[in-house]
Amino acid sequence: MSDVSLMVNGRRVSGVAEDRTLLVHFLRDNLGLTGTHVGCDTSQCGACVVHVDGKAVKSCTMLAVQASGSSVVTIEGLANGADLHPVQAAFKEHHGLQCGFCTPGMIMTATDMISRHPEGLDEATVRAELEGNICRCTGYHNIVKAILAASKTMAKASKGKAKQAA
Amino acid sequence: MGIEGVGARVARKEDKRFITGAGRYVDDMVVPGMKHAAFVRSPHAHAQIKKIDVKKAQAMPGVIGVLTGKELKADGIGNLICGWMIHSKDGSPMKMGAWSPLAFDKVRYVGDAVVIVVAETKGQARDAAEAVEITYKELKAVVEATKALEKGAPQIHPEADNNLIFDWEIGDAKATDAAIKAAAHVTRMKIVNNRLVPNAMEPRAALGHYDKADDHYTCWTTSQNPHVARLVMSAFYNVAPENKLRVIAPDVGGGFGSKIYIYPEEIVCLWASKKTGVPVKWVADRTESFLTDAHGRDHVSTVEMAFDTNNRITGFKVDTIANLGAYMSLFSSCVPTYLYATLLSGQYDIPTIHANVRTVYTNTAPVDAYRGAGRPEATYLLERTMEAAARELGVSPAELRRKNFITTFPHQTPVIMNYDAGDYGASLDAAMNVSDYAGFAKRKAAAAKQGKLRGIGMSCYIEACGIAPSAAVGSLGAGVGLWESAEVRVNAVGTIEVLTGSHSHGQGHETTFAQLVNQRFGVPIDSVSIVHGDTDKVQMGMGTYGSRSGAVGMSAISKALDKVEAKAKKIAAHLLEADEGDIVIENGALKVAGTDKNVPWFQVALAAYTAHNLPAGMEPGLKETAFYDPSNFTFPAGCYICEVEIDPETGTTEIVQFVAADDFGNIINPMIVEGQVHGGIAQGIGQALLEGAHYDASGQLLTASYMDYTMPRAGDLPSFKVSTSNTPCPGNPLGIKGCGEAGAIGSPPAVINAITDAIGIADIAMPASPSTVWAAIRAAKH
Repeated sequence: MSDVSLMVNGRRVSGVAEDRTLLVHFLRDNLGLTGTHVGCDTSQCGACVVHVDGKAVKSCTMLAVQASGSSVVTIEGLANGADLHPVQAAFKEHHGLQCGFCTPGMIMTATDMISRHPEGLDEATVRAELEGNICRCTGYHNIVKAILAASKTMAKASKGKAKQAA
Repeated sequence: MGIEGVGARVARKEDKRFITGAGRYVDDMVVPGMKHAAFVRSPHAHAQIKKIDVKKAQAMPGVIGVLTGKELKADGIGNLICGWMIHSKDGSPMKMGAWSPLAFDKVRYVGDAVVIVVAETKGQARDAAEAVEITYKELKAVVEATKALEKGAPQIHPEADNNLIFDWEIGDAKATDAAIKAAAHVTRMKIVNNRLVPNAMEPRAALGHYDKADDHYTCWTTSQNPHVARLVMSAFYNVAPENKLRVIAPDVGGGFGSKIYIYPEEIVCLWASKKTGVPVKWVADRTESFLTDAHGRDHVSTVEMAFDTNNRITGFKVDTIANLGAYMSLFSSCVPTYLYATLLSGQYDIPTIHANVRTVYTNTAPVDAYRGAGRPEATYLLERTMEAAARELGVSPAELRRKNFITTFPHQTPVIMNYDAGDYGASLDAAMNVSDYAGFAKRKAAAAKQGKLRGIGMSCYIEACGIAPSAAVGSLGAGVGLWESAEVRVNAVGTIEVLTGSHSHGQGHETTFAQLVNQRFGVPIDSVSIVHGDTDKVQMGMGTYGSRSGAVGMSAISKALDKVEAKAKKIAAHLLEADEGDIVIENGALKVAGTDKNVPWFQVALAAYTAHNLPAGMEPGLKETAFYDPSNFTFPAGCYICEVEIDPETGTTEIVQFVAADDFGNIINPMIVEGQVHGGIAQGIGQALLEGAHYDASGQLLTASYMDYTMPRAGDLPSFKVSTSNTPCPGNPLGIKGCGEAGAIGSPPAVINAITDAIGIADIAMPASPSTVWAAIRAAKH
């Protein structure tokens, strides 16, 4: 058994877990954060993507103890209170989800993708970068649309902020 | 149409919880005292169980119980059944072999459940499962249906001689043979429809809780139809009588057919909960899902299509062998029969059709309905054959189809179905326009300059959905009726709950069903709650599959709304001292037509519950129930056009455009309908290019993970061009045909027609992977 202590969604949490416990199971079973899903056993589907120290990580590829000391953001921590994150809002507006199971991982991947591409995104890039996230419902059509829309919204917002700062 | 009414592109109400991580799936459920289960499964495709030794496992840390099939049998738990009786052409009933929820004498496929281990943690359950010692005597296995029928093939069930489950036929053999004999041209093909694994992203799961004090069971399960699960577990599996069994299907992460059936695991978890005295949760890992979720398709067929000198079809003859796997899953028998051969007329006026279908046991996972269920297989035969015929006859594939279209309705086909409405030419025109079909030759020439092979293919599909009239399916062998129920409860403040027997696992019912209520009463959709998926709340229902939630489920709601409306109008007329016939509903109020006299909706609701001033003799309250049984199937149809570009050096196929023009009848929410089509097309393209379940000769599933089974990813697909040209369905009050399966039905032949066009070959196997395409190009050159 190991002690695990980390920041999750801005809150310090700690617990004891079997050494073999994956981060995703620690989040789900120890912390009750069930928004992060398990869709496969081979780190292919991406339903478990969270942000670890600002980077998108498949939380099934990491032991909970490895995440000790890190700062983790899950789908539950993405919105700013009642205000949806622009990526969440775009998924809703553009019907980028159906059954909702892959959605948390998709959204966490998408926010990471957008922040890594401040220059903006095109369809081919979005499709290529979604390689690690599988959706069976949407055919990706509206997911791609939602990510492109969110990318534009966020670019505008950050330009606005930059203007204000200037 | 109001902004939230029928036809509006309303964003989904249910999205809020899914995009914030607040969805509640079975694996998210926690019950006090809950423990975890792991199943010990057969590693062999075919073997006798000689001995099961659980002693070591029982002594492992955290283990609460290790239970076997013998104990399950001793407690009277029944065998799993197939609920649709099919008779062979000699009149004999289908040969159903025994399927125990836990195998005790013999295992018949890799993944067959043998032992359940219950332990404190998931990890401990798995560790102990590894320690269960089972001695098997391996038997020879057979995985291909054609081989299972050969003399001397391994005998899988004693009930089914030579593994033949039934040998069934439909249509007129004599007339069809005569048409072929007299034909000016006959197109002949051997067509394989590849085996697929449904792969809903949420793996199957079950949480069984036996409450000793009340002698009552609760089952949370990943089901598309919790009421059917309760009915079958009560009536056939002896788990518990219906009043002592509650089945809840909470948020369910996709189904595509694979979550219709009742599997061994939910039965065993409920039973194990009673045995061990603790709530028992099991969640499949992905490899378990690959091994044990019911697979789809897996047909081998030969076809002959006869034409006269005017290129009109004069007959169509089909012989199919369908692999049903190791056991007969719940609806497995109707998929390759009444959901398949009855669609073999397609969009065409064919005077005579005959189909013969043999279904076969093999040492593979059970095969049942997967998105489209029989209709994709029928469409694939027809549309591949039409394409081949056009090439052989040297005519345009579009014009050959158009020449043979059914143009007057109703139309009785030679294979049971009576098409009620449609305009196939309109869909074909729409798809050809959007795809710039006329400009294809130019694009092909341009691609050739770049060293690429460009091809175009089309597919004109029809399907029968909105399943289905109960009397009709009953006469064809169904063990259940396929009506739907609805209850509309208006609260005293005018808000509304709609209880439905349909189940949403991605389809957006919480939004579309509320739109229907908004259309009727003007109540904001936020004031309408849709309740589903719980047998304690909704009295009875038949669930969601076969694109039936709109055509059947919403029709039931519409009928209940009729009753609510009638009573509300009576109350309003009484309050307004007007004639009931003069009351109209506008903008959330009940008005006397042509006057400004009105009473708001909420006041009518309040009046119903205060009951201070109701018409004489009227019961208080405003709540109505309806059951709706459709009078016919519905017949969505459309035309899909696929254009591909192939790199001959690598065999890689790029879909450069995909156009869908569908006729779904009336539409409640176009945004949701488009989403259904996108998803269906992706699955169809997956079947055509990427997906295939492969067993080796010994019965090991080689494609049992996402490392081995190619799921369509975003980079494999284009954005789709979808549109509809709709003819309302005359068969139900809402004019809805259904849209859930069309994409998966119409797309595979369009893709393969495009690829064979690009390469200039007659046929290519699905999935047309780069290596298959590369080899086909090489073979075509020699």
